[in-house]
Amino acid sequence: MRRNIPLLGYVILCALTIVLAKADILDLYVQMILMFIGISIILATSLNLVNGYMGEFSVGHAGFMAVGAYITSVLNVMLFTNSSIFGPPLLSPSSAIIFFPLTLLAGGIGAALAGLLVAIPSFRTRGDYLAIITLAVNYIVKSSIENMQVIGGARGFSGMSSVINSMKEVVDLPWTLIWILIATGATVWILQRFVSSIYGKGIIALRDDEIAAEIMSVNTQRMKVVAFMLSSGLAGIAGGLFAHVLGYINPGTFTIMKSTEVLVMVYLGGMGSLSGSVLSAIGLTIALEAFRPLQVYKWVIVPLLLILLMLFRPEGLMGQRELTDVFPRLRRWLGLKPKLSE
Amino acid sequence: MLTVCDLHVKYGNIEALHGISLNVEEGEIVALLGANGAGKSTTLMSIMRLAPPEGPVVTKGTISYNGTDLLPIQAHNIIARQGIGLVPEGRHIFGNLTVFENLKLATFARRDRERIQQDYERVFSLFPRLADRRTQRGDLLSGGEQQMLAIGRAFMSGVKFILLDEPSMGLSPLLMLELFRVLKSINESGTTILVVEQNARLALQYANRAYVLEAGKIVLEGKAEDLATNPEIHRAYLG
Repeated sequence: MRRNIPLLGYVILCALTIVLAKADILDLYVQMILMFIGISIILATSLNLVNGYMGEFSVGHAGFMAVGAYITSVLNVMLFTNSSIFGPPLLSPSSAIIFFPLTLLAGGIGAALAGLLVAIPSFRTRGDYLAIITLAVNYIVKSSIENMQVIGGARGFSGMSSVINSMKEVVDLPWTLIWILIATGATVWILQRFVSSIYGKGIIALRDDEIAAEIMSVNTQRMKVVAFMLSSGLAGIAGGLFAHVLGYINPGTFTIMKSTEVLVMVYLGGMGSLSGSVLSAIGLTIALEAFRPLQVYKWVIVPLLLILLMLFRPEGLMGQRELTDVFPRLRRWLGLKPKLSE
Repeated sequence: MLTVCDLHVKYGNIEALHGISLNVEEGEIVALLGANGAGKSTTLMSIMRLAPPEGPVVTKGTISYNGTDLLPIQAHNIIARQGIGLVPEGRHIFGNLTVFENLKLATFARRDRERIQQDYERVFSLFPRLADRRTQRGDLLSGGEQQMLAIGRAFMSGVKFILLDEPSMGLSPLLMLELFRVLKSINESGTTILVVEQNARLALQYANRAYVLEAGKIVLEGKAEDLATNPEIHRAYLG
């Protein structure tokens, strides 16, 4: 059997992180940044599927994130905690540890269905018009949540910390960090498999020339739906995780600002490069933390960086290349098959 | 083989075809002639079932191919299941892929692996220029070579019936002639062809039959040699 070095490496890295976190060598602040990095990676790579690989321009990623965040949070609070809104827990709080992936998935599915709403008009429009539709969806989601008093409206929704705490009562581990590490690895793996499959290459054909893709017998309409739903579904999962990191969410978190942050990560890393998105998600999250003492001025520095990037390297750090294209030797170290040239 | 009957199509609110009927028999080359805006490309896009915004919406009429109603079928299945291929106007080849990759992409939906190899050889013998440039990027080819590639690609998708939209556009007279000679040769080995063409003289020289479209209606039809001597055609298209 061929050894899967990337997977093995990732598992070791995760195990090490968890052990260090458990031993309090990584303090809570560092853990928090690690968790935000993981969430940013999920958001950036999933948006890259639509904006980079499919060549559409979606600007409402935070909207899908909000859908996932609220569905997962409401389900978890309803099922596992004694809340003032939903009453006593429906299931034993200790079972949260088993059901958490399922509620997370439910959030993802909810967000994917919201993605379907965007995918359908995208058959008839593209370019700027689609950007406007996704922008509208972002606002529709935010305003709908603001007006749903049951889940707190504009005041926000909390109670997720006790879900995490009940997991910790069963086994005392940094559970949020663990779920995020698993979800991040799974997302990058799924997207990498998807865009390198023959089926997924239909998306790239669609970006380069829609008519040509159609007459090469690519089902362009289904491709768009699949890509949109996969991308928004993963954003929903990121949202669910995000809600459990903070323990509190409000609609104001999921505005166009958040969407823009993700967009910047995608364009910084390079459209059509998964490793680029991963690198820029890591880099930008750390940079935003480093700039925190500058307070509001960080929103001067970050856009400035983006302008400089657009001037001097408009295709992003990696362009359409992956790390293994930039450093071909990496392929051998990682035990990957050599790239086919013809 | 292909029968279009009383076809009405619209783009938005504007009707582009006002009830056209035509048929193509197996093994024929049929030319579709007419001025700009007559509805020639629209006819091809309707047959290919390309969806809006590019394609028109069929409001009335039927399109049937070997007895199958094409109207409910989506474009990608027209190619993969029904075996009709399109060489679109403006070629639409993938500029960032090599010549060979473009051809390979056309075999996306094919399952008959052993025939694919034969077809590559056939394309390269029909267009030796493509063989010379097989590792060159699509966007570095000349206009004529790109057109050859677009035709080669339609051939590689393994279809029995090819629709061509203005294949001679932007080519030198010498290349045009060469192109039609190759089309004739593809046709002789069993592929049926429906070609939309501005260059009426050239098209009538190689086609078996032709239809003349004017403002969304068919105004003339007949054998190519009859149309070539038709005084009306002479005045309007042959000059």
